[in-house]
Amino acid sequence: MTRKQKKTLYRILISASLFIAGFVLIKVFALSLLPGILVMLPAYLLIGYDVLIKAAGGIGRGQVFDENFLMSIASIGAFAVGEAPEGVAVMLFYQVGELFQSIAVGKSRNSISALLDIMPESANLLKDGEIREVSPEEVQIGDIVLVRPGEKIPLDGKIVEGFSSLDTAALTGESVPRDVKEGDTVYSSSVNLQGVLKIRCTKPFTESTAAKIMELVENSEMHKAKTEKFITRFSKYYTPSVVLSALLLAVIPPLFLGIGSFAVWSSWIHTALVFLIVSCPCALVISVPMAFFGGIGGASRHGILIKGANHLEMLSRVDTVVFDKTGTLTEGSFKVKEVYSQGISKEELLYLAAAAEQYSNHPIALSLKEANQRPLVPDMIDHAEEIAGGGIKAKLKGKTILLGNAKLLAENGISIKISEKAEGTCIHAAYDQTYLGYILITDTPKKDSAKTIKTLSAKGIRTVLLTGDRKETAKVLSDHLGISEMHAELLPQDKVSHFESIQKNTKGAVAFVGDGINDAPVLARADVGIAMGAIGSDAAIEAADIVLMDDNPSAIVKAIAISRKTMQIVRQNVILALGVKAAIMLLDLAVAASLLTVPGMAMTWIAVFGDVGVAVIAILNSLGAMRL
Amino acid sequence: MTKIFKLENLDCANCAAKMERGIKAIDGVNNCTVSFMTQKMMLDADDNRFAQILELAKKAIAKVDPDCKIK
Repeated sequence: MTRKQKKTLYRILISASLFIAGFVLIKVFALSLLPGILVMLPAYLLIGYDVLIKAAGGIGRGQVFDENFLMSIASIGAFAVGEAPEGVAVMLFYQVGELFQSIAVGKSRNSISALLDIMPESANLLKDGEIREVSPEEVQIGDIVLVRPGEKIPLDGKIVEGFSSLDTAALTGESVPRDVKEGDTVYSSSVNLQGVLKIRCTKPFTESTAAKIMELVENSEMHKAKTEKFITRFSKYYTPSVVLSALLLAVIPPLFLGIGSFAVWSSWIHTALVFLIVSCPCALVISVPMAFFGGIGGASRHGILIKGANHLEMLSRVDTVVFDKTGTLTEGSFKVKEVYSQGISKEELLYLAAAAEQYSNHPIALSLKEANQRPLVPDMIDHAEEIAGGGIKAKLKGKTILLGNAKLLAENGISIKISEKAEGTCIHAAYDQTYLGYILITDTPKKDSAKTIKTLSAKGIRTVLLTGDRKETAKVLSDHLGISEMHAELLPQDKVSHFESIQKNTKGAVAFVGDGINDAPVLARADVGIAMGAIGSDAAIEAADIVLMDDNPSAIVKAIAISRKTMQIVRQNVILALGVKAAIMLLDLAVAASLLTVPGMAMTWIAVFGDVGVAVIAILNSLGAMRL
Repeated sequence: MTKIFKLENLDCANCAAKMERGIKAIDGVNNCTVSFMTQKMMLDADDNRFAQILELAKKAIAKVDPDCKIK
């Protein structure tokens, strides 16, 4: 509890004691109206002085419909109709409720902030052979920092010495540690698990990943959802209309039912007071942003950064997800899928191919070297020559190896066996003018891609693949993953127009998932643009509405689940707040019309619950959005 | 120009909504959001009159709740 909250608590306790004492006095001595007010006054002033002062100030500034004003009128009204204890009770309940609300808001604010607490607090600056602990803001680009096991990496940089594994869960939601070594780029707020690392900083603290993410999530509340805007607009009219109804209730019925009777006036004013208490809009206004805040905070724990409540709301309405192919659903790196050899073994063919590509860093060369099992001897190849648009030509033991596409081999007078399967890239090989076979290389789907598509389909979400790749390749992938619709061989500008036509023919919202590098125009055009594997990529973070720090497509399923759950909580909160208020007003009218009787102050209790109690329930409910 | 400010003693959600409405009505303000949850205000206003608009925004905030201050 904060000091302010403690002070309120003491005031509540003392005032409640005074209230009970006063109540006993009234009952025991059967005090009449004026002495009754007098014994209640100390309790009332102690608990209500700040509300009364604020209400008076509010009137001075022309702010009449705030809760201070409403509670003051309600309690003074109770005094006026001879229900002094009730007047005190209104204030007392109101303060208890406010206290609860303030504690609950503080709690949830703290727990969400704790989730987001990824900021490194200090850095060990290594300068002139000395280690100095400084705040990360002081570290300059090019400085070297030392990170011991268990410490957070303070700034983005490159490892210059040491190797270790890093826990990047706070950034990516990925719980498997990432192995890093000299030369690797590392990101702030990853936790060093093993060895001591020396890191040369490449970005200042404020532009490092941790600071960027914090800023993004903290400011996400600034992009309000439609529901929230609607609720604040609604409350703008709600309060005055309920206050007006209260006024009419206090005046009109007594005019007809007994203009000279104190009892009639008292009873209807009493009814009106309940309306006044219920007219407070706070429960309503707080219930919506609270839920969004919880949802955004909860998502960030899974490495899903949502840039605004509006995007979260839109995501919940998505019924079509459009995927980019390379790097999104596939690894974006090539792998040997199949080897066909004639005359030699498959292993020998791979060995020859890897040898020929020994000095090349082309993605295809890398995949060949990775697939090769035998150790390569340095300098076994002499005179390797890359042939643009063809492949590679190299000499081994005085004879020529040809490695490349069908065109290259045909040009050298070698006839090839054409593969029937057209998926991926076919690399043909020949040695000493003899055809040896081909190696089929494909970009493999990510481990989670198939499961992601399946889960989305099961949720009734249509999946579409947009790619610049060949039709055959795209078809194989979309069949393999079970994607419902596929458009291939698209130039970048075609992607945008295709996406727009998908949007036009879709009832719900359309999300686009890409890597944020080549597909920024589509990301921008989408109802929800989702960038994947965005850790370290500022361009992707900039372009997207939702950023998946990891490059695991299953995070999309998680994000959609969180958005739907959050919207469900938003709806629950709104229905709860409005429903309870409406029910209390009806109950109040029923009591006034003598259809029902409730004992003593019960109606006031209920009315105050209708305001602050509901707010507390809504806040607690919103914490559920965080725990997804 | 868009700037984000921290707010102190922003005690009620409805007050935040009222402040937002008040600030949006100021001439030269393109957009404004006041968040009760994060106790922050985002103000997007004309570059060359920003300081003057910020003063008006402070007044609009004080009108709703004099205890609430821009940090």
